[in-house]
Amino acid sequence: MKTYNCVVCIKQVPDTQKVTGEAMKADGTINRAALPAIFNPEDKNALEAALWVKETYGGTVTVITMGLPAAKAILREALMCGADRAVLVTDRKAAGSDTLATSYILSQAVKRFNPDLVFCGRQAIDGDTAQVGPQIGEKLDCAVVTYLEKLEMDGDTAIATRDIGTGIETCRAKLPALFTVTEKFGALRPFQMRRVMTYKNAEPEVLDCAAIGCEDARCGFAGSPTSVNKIQSVVLAGGAFKEISPDDAGIGGLVAELIADHTIG
Amino acid sequence: MTDRSKGEVWVFAEQEEGKLAEIPFELLGKARELASKLGVKVGAVLMGEGVEPCAAALVAGGADVVHLIEDPALKVFRSKAYRHALVELIKEAQPQIVIFGATHMGRDLAPAVASALRCGLTADCTDLQIGDYTDKKTGETFANVLHQIRPAFGGNIIATIVNARHWPQMATVREGVMKPLDAAAREARGANAGTVVRHASHLDGVEIPVEVVEIVRKASSVNLKGARIIVAGGAGVGSKENFALLHDLAAALGGAVGGSRAAVDLGYCEHERQIGQTGVTVRPALMISCGISGAVQHLAGMQDAAKIIAINTDRDAPIFKVAHYGIVGDLNVVIPKLIKAIRNKG
Ligand SMILES: Cc1cc2nc3c(=O)[nH]c(=O)nc-3n(C[C@H](O)[C@H](O)[C@H](O)COP(=O)(O)OP(=O)(O)OC[C@H]3O[C@@H](n4cnc5c(N)ncnc54)[C@H](O)[C@@H]3O)c2cc1C
Ligand SMILES: Nc1ncnc2c1ncn2[C@@H]1O[C@H](COP(=O)(O)O)[C@@H](O)[C@H]1O
Repeated sequence: MKTYNCVVCIKQVPDTQKVTGEAMKADGTINRAALPAIFNPEDKNALEAALWVKETYGGTVTVITMGLPAAKAILREALMCGADRAVLVTDRKAAGSDTLATSYILSQAVKRFNPDLVFCGRQAIDGDTAQVGPQIGEKLDCAVVTYLEKLEMDGDTAIATRDIGTGIETCRAKLPALFTVTEKFGALRPFQMRRVMTYKNAEPEVLDCAAIGCEDARCGFAGSPTSVNKIQSVVLAGGAFKEISPDDAGIGGLVAELIADHTIG
Repeated sequence: MTDRSKGEVWVFAEQEEGKLAEIPFELLGKARELASKLGVKVGAVLMGEGVEPCAAALVAGGADVVHLIEDPALKVFRSKAYRHALVELIKEAQPQIVIFGATHMGRDLAPAVASALRCGLTADCTDLQIGDYTDKKTGETFANVLHQIRPAFGGNIIATIVNARHWPQMATVREGVMKPLDAAAREARGANAGTVVRHASHLDGVEIPVEVVEIVRKASSVNLKGARIIVAGGAGVGSKENFALLHDLAAALGGAVGGSRAAVDLGYCEHERQIGQTGVTVRPALMISCGISGAVQHLAGMQDAAKIIAINTDRDAPIFKVAHYGIVGDLNVVIPKLIKAIRNKG
C-alpha cells in the first residue's frame, strides 16, 4: 500500500488575543516582545492532518518553519506530537518578506523534501492573510485544496472535503497536493510522554536561503512587492455615548427618540 | 509595453452555477470611484461556462467592460483553471488594479494569481483609496497608487499597504464593507452602458489536477448583511435558552439576530451569525449589542452601524466606546422593557 511523505509549514506567531495597552508602542506599532509567542492555531490543525495521514496510511511527517531561532520552540512541540523531522529556515536575507517572498522561500524548502502532501494552516493570526498556502501551491505547481475539513487517501489521489463558503465541496486531487487546513479538521493530538523527554532540547536542522537555492532578489525586502506605508493603532475615542437609565422611563424615552428619527417604527 | 497607468480597474465577478454573488457589485461600487479618480474604465472579469447572461447586471452595476471567458473547464471553480485563464488575461489586457472579494473563492484565487504574476496582494481590505506615495528610504514618489487599508494583528492596528513598483496592484476586499451603486444609479446606467469582450481561456492542453465530485450547498437562512436592524448577543447572554430574548427583541423590531464569537463558541447561536473580523461585516441602521464586551475583532465587523445601542453591566466595557446610546444594566431586565416599550409605541 502507498505511504505518504508529508510536509507541514508551521509558524510561530505573537498571541494577538493578548494584545493589551502595554503591547502597543507610542508610534502605534506592536511591541512583539510583550506578547507570548505561540504555535499558530490553524497550523496545529495542519500538523494533525499530516499525523493522521501517517497514522492511517504510513509515511513521514516533516515540519518546516521560517523564522527566528526562537521558533525552534514550535518545532520541538511538533516533534513531541509525533513529527519525524524538523527544519528551521532562518536567514537575515528573509527579513521583511511579505507573503510573496515568504511563499517563495518556503516553496524552495518544501521542494527539497519531495513531498506527496503539503499542509499549511488556513491563515496565521498575526497577518490573517491566508495567502502563503495558495502561493506555495502555485510555486510548486501542484493541486491546491483550500479550507480542508476532511481527507481520505486513495492511492495517488486525495479525496478532500472543503468549505467553499456557500457550501461543502468534495473533490479528488492528484498528488502531489497542497492543502490549507481549518480548525474543522480537528484538534492536534497531545504530546506523547515518551517523546517529550526525547525532544525537549532537540535541535532542528537549520537551513539558510542559499542552502535551499533561493535567489536573493526574491527574498526579504527585495522580493516583496508590498510595503507598509502607514500603521495606526486602533484607538477608540470613546465616552461620547448618551447614557440611558435601565428603567421604564429611560427605555421608553429611548424608543420614542428612535421612532421620532425614523430609525425604528 | 503599454503605459500601465492607463490600465483599467478590474473586479473579479464571482459567480457560482451562473448566479453572481453580491460581492462583485460591492466591488464595482468602489471600482467606479477609483477609476474616476484615475480617469480609466472599470472592467469586470466574468469566468465560467454559459455565464454570458450575467454580463448585463455587471454593466448596470458599474462595469464599462465585461471581460468574458467561457470554457467547460471553468464550469465550477477550480483554482488552477481559473488562475491560468486569469493570469493570461491580465498579461494580455494589462489592468492597473484587480480587486477580488475576500470570499473563499477570492482568497483561493487571488494569492495564486499574485504568485504567478509576482505582484503584490493585500488581503481583506476594508478600504481602498487612490493617492500618492513616497518611499521613505529612497525618496522616490509615485502618483496615483492604490492605498490598501486593512486591519492587522488581530484587529489591533490598521495598516495602509502599497505596492507602487509592481503591476497590477491587487487586493481582496471584505464582504459587506463597500457599497454597491444604488438602485437609481443602476437604473440610470442601464444595461447598455458597457460592452462585453470575449477572450480565449488558454486552457487547451492545461492539466487541471483537481476534479470536483460533489457540492452540497448550505441553505443560508440568515441574512445579516442585508438587515437594517440587528440585535446581537455575546457571552453575557448566559445561555442558549436566554438567546430567545434577543430573537424576541429582533422580532419586535423586524430585525435580524447576530452574535459575537464567544456566543458562537458557547453554542448560543449559529456560526453564520457571527459578526466581526472572522465573521460578517455589517452596517445596519441600528445595532443593539447585548452582553458583548466589544473586543477589537468584534468591533471591526460592526462599528460602522449608523446607530449603536450597547447594553452591558460593565460600565468600562469597550463596546461603550463605539456606542451612541449606552445602557449600563442587566440585559435580562433591559430587553423585556425594550420589547414592551416598542410594542406600546410602535
Ligand atoms: C484572530 C481573532 C479573530 C476574532 N474574530 C472575532 C469575530 O469575528 N467576532 C467576534 O465577536 N469576536 C472575535 N474574536 C474574539 C474576540 O477577541 C472576543 O473574545 C469576543 O468578541 C468576546 O465575545 P463577547 O463580547 O461576547 O464575550 P466577553 O468578552 O466575555 O464579554 C461578555 C460581556 O457581557 C457582559 N455581561 C455579562 N452579563 C451580563 C448581563 N446580564 N447583562 C449585560 N451584560 C452582561 C460582560 O460585562 C462582558 O462585557 C476574535 C479573536 C481573534 C484572536
Ligand atoms: N514563516 C512561516 N513559516 C512556516 N509557515 C508559514 C510561515 N508563514 C506562513 N506560513 C504558512 O502559511 C499559512 C498561512 O499564513 P498567512 O498567509 O500568513 O496567513 C500558515 O498557517 C502557515 O501554514
